[in-house]
Amino acid sequence: MHEVGLVSSAVDIAVESATKAGALAITRIRMRIGSLSGVVPSALEFAFECVVRETMAEGATFEYEIVPVRCRCPVCKTEFRPETAVYRCPNCGEISTELISGRELQVVDIEVEQ
Amino acid sequence: MSHQEPRKIISIEREVLEKNDRMARMNREDYARRGIFVLNLVSSPGSGKTALLSRTLERLQGRLRAGVIVGDLATDNDAQRLRGFGAPVVQITTDGYCHLEANMVARAAEELGLDGLQLLIIENVGNLVCPSSHDLGENVRVALLSTPEGEDKPAKYPTLYKSSQVVVLTKMDLAEAVEFDRDAARRTIAEVTPDARVFELSSKTGLGMDAWIDYLVQSIVK
Repeated sequence: MHEVGLVSSAVDIAVESATKAGALAITRIRMRIGSLSGVVPSALEFAFECVVRETMAEGATFEYEIVPVRCRCPVCKTEFRPETAVYRCPNCGEISTELISGRELQVVDIEVEQ
Repeated sequence: MSHQEPRKIISIEREVLEKNDRMARMNREDYARRGIFVLNLVSSPGSGKTALLSRTLERLQGRLRAGVIVGDLATDNDAQRLRGFGAPVVQITTDGYCHLEANMVARAAEELGLDGLQLLIIENVGNLVCPSSHDLGENVRVALLSTPEGEDKPAKYPTLYKSSQVVVLTKMDLAEAVEFDRDAARRTIAEVTPDARVFELSSKTGLGMDAWIDYLVQSIVK
């Protein structure tokens, strides 16, 4: 489990942006988590509460959206959302390795007090 | 007196792993400049990374110049096992950290000394989840799957297997004893990660080792 490290990096990014903007405190951090990112969102949420202590994000709300895996079929170019770990095209049956989304682990935006 | 602070949204849109990704890119550029082929070995604990590595070093001795970086949670037992094959070995003790990161590898590589190396093998911490999100700057990520683990591992841990270009089935000498269904394993791998190159071997008996060694030697000539 490496969620603490990841959340620390996310909070660092947030604090850096907030400081640059001259904000007093961060009240919300929003993340985007791909379902193939290898991260467990609930563990991230739990780690967040510990990591923000004694930073300008202390007490901030943690929000995230899950980005589902989306693929493109190499043969018929259909875009689809696989249901299992096998990314089989529902149109022609070919297996895709081309990911359109699903690996994201991003800080989207923050809400700050000026 | 209470009052409402003015609040504002600041758009960020940054990758959390950007620092690691940047460092991994620098590692990769450095290795490419020096002409070093780099492997990142990932698997669950006990699937035979160190055994494969020691047999590999033994066979490569005198054929090509290899160096090894070993990640381990707490001990240097793995590094000890790997010394004595003429290849430099550097241990990274992660102190409980569940995976290696690109900056740890950069520091270890400096300690190892990359001058004259043709092959660098990084043995990651035994873990099927965390190493998959951390690029180290390798050319090829190699996922090991030992026969006692069962043939459905790639379907259970798709993130790791999908990010690996090579899958090595290890402990093939135990396949029959543990009722490992080889065909099912090959099928699962082909479905989960269709582009991956697959090797089947036993570090203990030497079965399949020639193909693996040939692959490494050919990757270096390229």
